[in-house]
Amino acid sequence: MWDWKTLGLVVGVLVLLGVATAVLHFVRRRVDTGLDTGVIETFRVRVRAWWVLFSVVAAALLIPSPIATVVLFGLISFWALREFITLTPTRPGDHRALFWVFFLCTPLQFVLVGMGEYRLYSIVIPVYAFLFIPARIAIDGDSKRFLERSAKIQVGLMICVYCLSHAPALLTLPLPDDGWGSHARLLFFFVLIVQLSDALQFVWGQMPRGHVIAPSINPAKTWEGLLGGAASVSLVGVVLCWATPFPLWLAAIMSAVIAVMGFAGGMTMSAIKRDRGVRDYGTLVEGHGGVLDRIDSLCFAAPVFFHLTQYYLWLTGT
Amino acid sequence: MDTGVTRNLLVLLARFFSGASVRWIDSQPDTCQRVYFANHTSHLDAIVVWSALPQRIRALTRPVAAKDYWTAGRIRRYMANRVFNALLIDRTDIKVHRSPIDLMIQEIGNRYSLIVFPEGSRSSGREIGEFKSGLYHLCKKRPDLEAIPVHIDNMNRILPRGEVLPVPLLTCITFGPPIWLEAGEPKVEFLRRAREAVCRLKEIGA
Repeated sequence: MWDWKTLGLVVGVLVLLGVATAVLHFVRRRVDTGLDTGVIETFRVRVRAWWVLFSVVAAALLIPSPIATVVLFGLISFWALREFITLTPTRPGDHRALFWVFFLCTPLQFVLVGMGEYRLYSIVIPVYAFLFIPARIAIDGDSKRFLERSAKIQVGLMICVYCLSHAPALLTLPLPDDGWGSHARLLFFFVLIVQLSDALQFVWGQMPRGHVIAPSINPAKTWEGLLGGAASVSLVGVVLCWATPFPLWLAAIMSAVIAVMGFAGGMTMSAIKRDRGVRDYGTLVEGHGGVLDRIDSLCFAAPVFFHLTQYYLWLTGT
Repeated sequence: MDTGVTRNLLVLLARFFSGASVRWIDSQPDTCQRVYFANHTSHLDAIVVWSALPQRIRALTRPVAAKDYWTAGRIRRYMANRVFNALLIDRTDIKVHRSPIDLMIQEIGNRYSLIVFPEGSRSSGREIGEFKSGLYHLCKKRPDLEAIPVHIDNMNRILPRGEVLPVPLLTCITFGPPIWLEAGEPKVEFLRRAREAVCRLKEIGA
């Protein structure tokens, strides 16, 4: 079971979510707050997604073995990938390659993560699947937009499966305190910082007269949002330092890096969506954004956070 | 295995593979007798439309399917006969005195609804093909049937022609408002109207 630190972190997050839900109810009932209804709606969707995300991650982490969490992230990856490929034009010639991508590459990646085989899962998709996909499409004999079709499947597999699989891989890192609690806390800290940096960047982005970074990609992302979000989430990182294996200064830097990577993920996914002419990736629940809309920042931040943590552990000799 | 369990399992499986996005536009699920007509791009179409219906309606709805495909092999035969209660039509042996339309009308009585694919055979998926006259004859003999247009999006990518293994992309099944055969409406006119009803749903989905 969990130690008091892990319990504190999880309960703290749930209390925070409860407060957010209460505020939401209060704001929605009153019409004279002068808040934009679009902002309230975005907030409502986010709060609901957080409840789902944090409850399932917490539930999976209750089991003192990486298996449940790895399976959970595997399912999220699978669903995100199907959203990604659905909105990507493919041709009948891609069918066989896609079959292997869904039913071999994706499960294999998570099996290897669960086994902690870092030397294998770090190269299976970027090298072997990367080479396999164009070759399998070529064998089907359809050369129309060949490079574009191969690249789309490769990118989908890299972002939705390879990158995201580094989040549950945090559970297999050799931490100085090798109990289950410290592993669970590391993953929970990571997910929490990603989601908070998303939210804080959104809040800072509401500042009037903000400088939009790329209006044609995402009019909501501003320089003020990025810098303000990264700075404030670093403070959160410092406050939550006790839950991580890092010293104070490193917890702050890690949080800032997560914020920047989360921002990069959001921008990249926005660009893909704009190119495809859609607003959201799925209609999982009555027209709200799909899974991919909620995890884009998680996908981009996971491998970087994983590698930095691994490097730090190596430097400190664990 | 118990048929009820298999049935629910198959519905879950079909919903998982099709992504379970179902929309009713200007139309409501109802147990009255209907004929659902949909575009046809894959062997799984019948199961997917059938699974998209609410359970009490599903129990009263029979997909019309090709006998040669659904009697090949024990699993398919079991599924067609016992699980989704398909009405199998022999495409190779159509007799004048016992046309498929008469068989359908006899089988549904005044209880069941039907799922039909008026394009006849599977289209390539890009364009919806011309409708065959079966839908017209069915509606002419049973003018009380509500004809509900259904559009299946993306199914041709999940299981394209000639493939055996599906890829789990997301589909969207759209049910539209009912149409009826007008008194004295010519066959060509009705079939054109029916096809347009499906095409319109396709445009709404895009």
